[in-house]
Amino acid sequence: MNDYHVHISAKHNPMDLRLGEVWRYRGLIRLFTRRNFTVTYKQTVLGPAWLFISPLLTSIVYLIIFGRIADLSTDGTPQLLFYLTGTGVWTYFSSCVTVNSGTFVNNAHLIGKVYFPRLTIPVSSVLSAALKLAIQMILVLVLLAVYMIAGNVSPNFAAWPLVLLEVLQLGLLGMGVGIVISSLTTKYRDLSILVSFGVQLWMYASPIVYPLSTVSVGWLRTLLIINPVTAPMEIIRYALLGKGSIEALPVILSWVWTAAAALGGIVLFNRTERTFLDTV
Amino acid sequence: MITPEIRNRNTAIKMSGIRKQYRLGEYGGRTLQEDLQSWWARRRGREDPNERIGSVRRKGTFWALDGIDLTIHRGERVGIIGANGAGKTTLLKLISRVTAPTEGEIDIYGRVSSMLEVGTGFHREMTGRENIYMNGSILGMTREEIDARMDDIIEFSEVGEFIDTPVKRYSSGMFVKLAFSVAAHLSSEIIIMDEVLAVGDMAFQNKCLERMRRAADEQGRTVLYVSHNMSTIRRLCERCIVLDHGHIVYDGDVEQAIGVYMDRSLNEDTVDMDLSAKSHSGAVDERVAVMERLRLLEMKKDDEIAGLRAAPVYESGEKMYMLLDLTLTRPVDDLLLRVTLRTDSDVGVGTAWLPLGSLGPGPQQAVVSFPLERLAKGVFYVSLGLCVNDEIGRGKALDHITRAFRIEVEGSPAWNTQAYGSVRF
Repeated sequence: MNDYHVHISAKHNPMDLRLGEVWRYRGLIRLFTRRNFTVTYKQTVLGPAWLFISPLLTSIVYLIIFGRIADLSTDGTPQLLFYLTGTGVWTYFSSCVTVNSGTFVNNAHLIGKVYFPRLTIPVSSVLSAALKLAIQMILVLVLLAVYMIAGNVSPNFAAWPLVLLEVLQLGLLGMGVGIVISSLTTKYRDLSILVSFGVQLWMYASPIVYPLSTVSVGWLRTLLIINPVTAPMEIIRYALLGKGSIEALPVILSWVWTAAAALGGIVLFNRTERTFLDTV
Repeated sequence: MITPEIRNRNTAIKMSGIRKQYRLGEYGGRTLQEDLQSWWARRRGREDPNERIGSVRRKGTFWALDGIDLTIHRGERVGIIGANGAGKTTLLKLISRVTAPTEGEIDIYGRVSSMLEVGTGFHREMTGRENIYMNGSILGMTREEIDARMDDIIEFSEVGEFIDTPVKRYSSGMFVKLAFSVAAHLSSEIIIMDEVLAVGDMAFQNKCLERMRRAADEQGRTVLYVSHNMSTIRRLCERCIVLDHGHIVYDGDVEQAIGVYMDRSLNEDTVDMDLSAKSHSGAVDERVAVMERLRLLEMKKDDEIAGLRAAPVYESGEKMYMLLDLTLTRPVDDLLLRVTLRTDSDVGVGTAWLPLGSLGPGPQQAVVSFPLERLAKGVFYVSLGLCVNDEIGRGKALDHITRAFRIEVEGSPAWNTQAYGSVRF
């Protein structure tokens, strides 16, 4: 019965990521994920239908502003499909960042009262965002089928498994960035104000409403190559819509960023978690 | 963490040299830039550019726990008592891993389930059953373990048919019962409770205490219990620790511990008390009326003040005369002084509301008397409150001091307080 031993020390080993413990609490992760998902749509009229309505409306707005007025290229793919894919993926990534950036402050009541591996909170918010993305992708697939029959688009089916990999990568990246912010906001609250603003700017610095191929030179090109969201977005488009520029440098940079954000995030997060309660 | 060798099978918790520091006052007040500057300077062994010159390090900090060495064995029911701010909750927080110690080491053998608050992680929109899963998982149970105990939990909680109703429709009593049931049915080896039993009705409270007692005696689970309610400590615990300003001042027998705690909460037997130094509660933030000082008076036969009493010791049948200094910030009509006597076991004996009349703003003085004629012998702790009744007759406490002072009543040596109680009819 008494096989559990925990040693708590004032000294903290930053390299101990304690991921095994997170795995042991996978039941809790599942419950958190389900709670995030169901509680959002309790006592709403349309319920989960919002998952379709909001990206559709956003895409239509983009279509009018960026497609018609600004006349930006969509690499020859159907505009609605282009923007719908873009908003779906971006919403997923940005919610990984913004939701996780409030991990400590928003869950203080829970964290302050009972111990559980804190990393379960960001992991489950990534999972519930991924679940929403999966549902939104149904809409994309339906539209894709329609356009395929009309002969307007030709997906690269062989590359579809890459979509899963890129979703995983964006999740890790978004969580990493989010928890770095959440760790810092326990002391510097003003960072949280920057988050929503920063995420919005980030979107325009990513190939969401325009493809990478339209920007061939200049500082914006450099920015796009450094931006870790560029490669995943282009790969997803390449797989789903058949058009996208996959280059070695952005892909490598993107993975370096992702690894740095995820590892650095977890180390910082574990450090903050120990005494966060005293500073909140 | 599973270790190949458990060093001591009888140890549940071992703490050595535990200290926990908190910073006083506002956190922050520094920008990210300043923190980065300081960090950079420290790294390079330079002087911190943001440190005030000549300032002492660790200024504005205090030690909530200051050198705790403690071993708790398996199957023990341990009570932790102490005044507010003595470090009780901090101690539990360290053991339940909510926060980390500043210095020292803790070894915990067994899973810990902590109830620092009732219904941690309960979500109002989810049903009772969903919340059982949620709560159980947060406290470290697997789904299978929860399923296996689900029926017991529902039965113990007495919420029965409402189990599939969202908990936001529950009464607060039902909420507490459900929350306690989950925690009580956990398969953890160590149970930590911070005064959660204070809520809920008496019958349920007794059921909970009984449950905890059996968990320790029959299943060898270790129970750590923090409370201000001495009677629950008495009923549940077999060992008691008294904390005072972050130190363990007593560890052992429950009765002894309660005695130590009661006497510690008072400075000494005195007849002239500075009440402003004591811990006030009630609507003190408004500071409408605050008790400042209290003197016990000796009276002449014709109710004239003879001076201070020699000692706070009374014969049964005497009257206790008190001279109270208080400060008001605005006029208060029909102010009452509430005087509550409690025994050394923290059992209430009785309360009187003594009229002070209508008082204007500024410093005020009042002499009031409290009859002791029915009191049998014993040591009594006196709590004081300033109250007003609102339009519908409900009392509102403007200021309150728990255990402001203590008195002793001398009576017949034949009186057996244990058997007869504290009041002679």
